[in-house]
Amino acid sequence: MSAVLNAQDRARQSLYRRRSIVNAVSVALACATAVFGLVFLAWILWTLIRNGIPGMSLHLFTQDQPPPGETSGGLRNAFVGSLIMCGLAVGIGTPIGIAAGTWLAEYGDRSKLGTAVRFVNDILMSAPSIVLGLFVYAMYVLQTGGQFSAVAGAIALAFIVLPVVVRTTDEMLRLVPTQMREAALSLGVPQWKVIMQVLYRSARAGIVTGILLSIARISGETAPLLFTALGNDFFTLDIFHPMSGIPQVMYKFAGAPDDNWQHLAWAGALVVTLFVLAISLAARTFLFRKHISND
Amino acid sequence: MNDARSILKPAVANATQAAPAAAPKLAARDLDFYYGKFHALKNITLEIPEKRVTALIGPSGCGKSTLLRIFNRIYALYPGMEAKGEVLLDGENILDPKYSMNLLRSKVGMVFQKPVPFPMTIYDNVAYGIRHHEKLSKPDMNDRVELALRQGALWDEVKDKLGQNALGLSGGQQQRLCIARAVALRPEVLLLDEPTSALDPISTSRIEQLVEELKQDFTIAIVTHNMQQAARVSDYTAFMYLGDLIEHDTTSNIFSAPSQKQTEDYITGRFG
Amino acid sequence: MASEHEHHILKSIDAEQHRLEGELLDMGEMAVAQLEAALDVIDRRDDRAAERIIANDEAIDALENEISQDVMKLATGGPLARDLRYILTALRTASDIERVGDYAANLAKRSMALNKAPPLPVSHVTGLTSLGRLAVRQMRDVLRAYRDSDLVLAQQVRDNDVELDLRYTSLFRELLTYMMEDPRNITPCTHLLFMAKNLERIGDHATNIAEGIWYSEQGQHNPLPPRVKGDESNTAG
Repeated sequence: MSAVLNAQDRARQSLYRRRSIVNAVSVALACATAVFGLVFLAWILWTLIRNGIPGMSLHLFTQDQPPPGETSGGLRNAFVGSLIMCGLAVGIGTPIGIAAGTWLAEYGDRSKLGTAVRFVNDILMSAPSIVLGLFVYAMYVLQTGGQFSAVAGAIALAFIVLPVVVRTTDEMLRLVPTQMREAALSLGVPQWKVIMQVLYRSARAGIVTGILLSIARISGETAPLLFTALGNDFFTLDIFHPMSGIPQVMYKFAGAPDDNWQHLAWAGALVVTLFVLAISLAARTFLFRKHISND
Repeated sequence: MNDARSILKPAVANATQAAPAAAPKLAARDLDFYYGKFHALKNITLEIPEKRVTALIGPSGCGKSTLLRIFNRIYALYPGMEAKGEVLLDGENILDPKYSMNLLRSKVGMVFQKPVPFPMTIYDNVAYGIRHHEKLSKPDMNDRVELALRQGALWDEVKDKLGQNALGLSGGQQQRLCIARAVALRPEVLLLDEPTSALDPISTSRIEQLVEELKQDFTIAIVTHNMQQAARVSDYTAFMYLGDLIEHDTTSNIFSAPSQKQTEDYITGRFG
Repeated sequence: MASEHEHHILKSIDAEQHRLEGELLDMGEMAVAQLEAALDVIDRRDDRAAERIIANDEAIDALENEISQDVMKLATGGPLARDLRYILTALRTASDIERVGDYAANLAKRSMALNKAPPLPVSHVTGLTSLGRLAVRQMRDVLRAYRDSDLVLAQQVRDNDVELDLRYTSLFRELLTYMMEDPRNITPCTHLLFMAKNLERIGDHATNIAEGIWYSEQGQHNPLPPRVKGDESNTAG
């Protein structure tokens, strides 16, 4: 082709050149800020690993909280406590969340009530967790005679789980094509069956991911537990009395001038972080597992 | 001079090139339909003859899909929809609140534009509707599923993988599965809402052939955007525009010489 | 026929149809010109001119080919109703015009044979010439009717065919008497008979085209009444 460029080509070329420069600068800035954030993330992780590894041992999971001044001990009571309270929280929050999400998507989709519920749910989702803890303290702990308990802690955590599950269920169900609903209904199957047998199956991956992510979130929540479950230095399975969880123990140990306690706190932090990481990865693989062929 | 050219000779108008008109299976009488305040269908009176294919054509927004969706009352799912007038299935008005929805759903099946297999195995997809209506033993259910898949022209392709997830099928196969799913209930009427719009030409031809075969057992109403498809596949065609029924006649009349100018302008691509 | 939707949304269809119509009218013009030239050549007994006419028929055949291809192109677009009737009619009309061209060339060829025979008295040939003029008029009329979509004119052409047939029948009888008068007339009169038959066939083709115009406009809903045949030559004796 001709090597002679006409005026229009030349104008276009200079425009492209300018745009390339702007593009290059923007990309560089974006990368720089990303790296900036990643640097801190890496720093945190590195610090966590560096300080947590020394405290890692089998004792961590087999021995209970040591009194101050000791050189041994573990966090068994805290791990078990966290597991119990998180488990209870998911057990309370998930069914209610799925039910509410289903109602929003299937029955209340375009109604005013539905809009209001979605709005309130969004607010609840961004409510500070300490506020939720105080709420449960006032409404439940005080009303039951000032009895701190694991149940109270679980309820507080459930308030964090709930809006996430509601939102995820709602969104995932609304992603299911209308025609699938209509196809099932036109077979004469009643709506509740359609929801349970067809729609849930379709939205399953997304809903489970929502639940997993909420678990990851509540594993590290400290503030709500302080006013509800309080803490317990001893191993207990009694959910109607105070119970310890990892966040509470970390709070107590990290600030104390006891070396052993501090090592345990770091180790606990590392374990929690790894746990959250594992859950997030599980959520991701589950969500992206099935790739459907469509031509 | 006469023989080979006789097709072009202005012959005496033969009433039907298709088989003689049969009794109406489905009929709309003075039907009006409203989306809220919008008057979507205006005084429609239309008969769908038994065991024939009737095509509904018309530009977007003319009401053809709306009309189809009244035939199985699927519109009732959504608020703000109101139907006035009658729709008679075998002489009984299905718009009457006393008419059992279960009965309606077992008599009138529907296939949609987008192939929507349920997220289950191929077998379960077909059995799903049957299970809700009938209690069958395993061998009986197997037979019903096989029959439905044969009627859907899909059996040979899936008979060895009934336990596989239906989502792994190609688009054309998925649509045939949806058809098999609908005929599994042994309905009397099949409503097809642009069943091949989302498919490639070969899959489209397969489904057209399927419709040819199905009309021996079912009364079929098909909404289509594709005029040539309506010409190929249907016995009767109804042209609608802005909620009115403009013309309804045998397919051969409509596509060789319609009586309404509007119909001809639409079919020949002069407007719409 | 005026309507606010005279044109297709896809303009190339209009362009193709327009081109097809132009080709048909051109072809018709050529055939009529050939016919008139042939009639002239019969009068003037001009062999060289006759040969030219025979050679020109090629051009008409070539046009028919082109028209077939253009019809094919329009057909692949899936035309329906009016558009479908239009192309089916166009195909048939092209075939009719091609036959007319062939008959005109045949007339020219026969005129050469006629010239080899002893010349006939002028009176014997005037019957043929007037039949020929009638055929020309029919063809001109029907081509005009095609161009203008003139249904009235088309029906007239169809009705006028009776007159052409009657003329042919009487010419047939007339030629028979000439042959019976004088055996030396048999050879030239036989040629004239065939030529008259050609002209009668041209008339029939004009009628075919007229019926095609009617079908293209009206479709099968509004059929023409059955044709009246005036040709009784096959029963005349």
